[in-house]
Amino acid sequence: MTVNMNRRPLPQVADPIAEEFFAGCARGELLVQQCSACGHRQFYPRWCCTQCAGAVGWIVGSGRGTVHTYTVIRQNHAEPYRSELPYVVAMIDLEEGPRMMSNVTDIDPDTVTIGMPVEVHFAASDDGDVHLPFFRPVDASRSPR
Amino acid sequence: MAGGDRTPVIVGVGLSDAPIAPHLDGVGHHVQAMQRALDDCGLAKSEIDGYMSAGGAGPMVDDAVNMAEYLKIEHRYLDGTMTGGSSYEFLVQHAAAAIKDGLCDTVLCTYGSSLLTTSGRTLGSKGFHVPGQRVAGPTKWEAPYGNVLIGSYAMAAKRHMHQYGTKPEHLAQIAVDARYHASLNPNALYRTPLTIDDVLGSRMIADPLHKLDCCVISDGGGAFIMTTAERARDLKQAPIYILGAAGTSSHWSISQMEDFTTTAAAVAGPEAFRRAGLTPADVDVLHFYDSFTITALLMLEDLGFCAKGEGGPFVEDGKLRIGGSHPMNPDGGGLSSCHPGMRGIFLLVEAVRQLRGQAGPFQVPDAEVAIACGSGGWLSCLGVVLLGNQAPA
Repeated sequence: MTVNMNRRPLPQVADPIAEEFFAGCARGELLVQQCSACGHRQFYPRWCCTQCAGAVGWIVGSGRGTVHTYTVIRQNHAEPYRSELPYVVAMIDLEEGPRMMSNVTDIDPDTVTIGMPVEVHFAASDDGDVHLPFFRPVDASRSPR
Repeated sequence: MAGGDRTPVIVGVGLSDAPIAPHLDGVGHHVQAMQRALDDCGLAKSEIDGYMSAGGAGPMVDDAVNMAEYLKIEHRYLDGTMTGGSSYEFLVQHAAAAIKDGLCDTVLCTYGSSLLTTSGRTLGSKGFHVPGQRVAGPTKWEAPYGNVLIGSYAMAAKRHMHQYGTKPEHLAQIAVDARYHASLNPNALYRTPLTIDDVLGSRMIADPLHKLDCCVISDGGGAFIMTTAERARDLKQAPIYILGAAGTSSHWSISQMEDFTTTAAAVAGPEAFRRAGLTPADVDVLHFYDSFTITALLMLEDLGFCAKGEGGPFVEDGKLRIGGSHPMNPDGGGLSSCHPGMRGIFLLVEAVRQLRGQAGPFQVPDAEVAIACGSGGWLSCLGVVLLGNQAPA
């Protein structure tokens, strides 16, 4: 585990939508919303479908995706990030379709590429209250989830 | 209500002391810019019956309601639309509609910021949240990951390079040309000419963007006054016409940007040109919100000055300089001249000066049509205004 969670800004999880998503993270599941009416999948989770405004449900994602685009952050004066420089902020295209922001961890930042396959892992906040999804390169030696 | 020709025009513009003004706070910049815009056109404050501010200095400081009170503007029309740095391009559209429809006759819009004096060169250098903060709203989905302001633009640049083969040298050329223009402007923050190697040799902040791919941090403020063509007839300056204006947003949170190589200017641009009955070939001078070099490159493509993906090679041969086919930001732009946080109003003020022939050492000869394209947020909200010094047909 190479994520420094100390004093990292965290999402409020008190609303019902976030509560559901982060409960999934705590179980090791990356949940994706899917519209009950039109089937559209989306991230971030919302009260309604962004396509048809219908009601949404959840599917358990594979946790796999690819890097859509990324940057290597080399200047951030705020902790805990300052201690982590340089690090990778990336947009991840999930296998299920939606895209989300995360960090690509467990890698030399200079070797990240667009299109690189990645898989999710989770890290708990210091108080154990929130589990956050992060991504690392797919380890070919391990079998898919 | 004034009768006659209600075609909306810009009649007065003003800039406050910039780029370094330790004697002013944000509100002081609003006030000084207003005074200079009133002097510019010869209107009295009592004639203003519409007011607009997007704020910027802080919550409950210089937003539209508080500034209308502070300046004691008796308004029939008030607008506080806030889309970040492009707010003023959106507000021009609203002012034009309000004047045309008779909701008010004369609109004042002001902006002011003491960003450099108050905060130094720290904008974007610390992320968006404080350590340990619990974040509400849509940004909660991004807050933990340590993105910074430039990171969003960097991800767009990275994707553009991947998809279209755009090179760091292409982006650097935009910074070099901005600095050339700044060298002509005695009031620009940085005036020493740059080379492409200077840009590429400057510190990497967020790959692939270097320090010199980023706009400067300054103090400054601006104001414009719009009224009817009828009222403009006995004012001091020739009127500048709003030929077409449009604005829209594709996202606010950067993770919701569907295509990292295309901004909402691809929607707002064609709409503004359609309203004006013009094409990119009709534009004499470009005022783009060059928050970062990539921002200006995407606008060139999205507004139709070149095809999608061809922005890199397009800028190679100096066509963005005065004397070239597409002079961009002749004052030196945000990249070299002045950027107090929300630059959108400067695009309009500089465009008006160009169209009046009042830009002095950085005048584009015979400029008749100008475009102002603001970008607010992180390539989120794009506002496009076409301005001209001839009445529309």
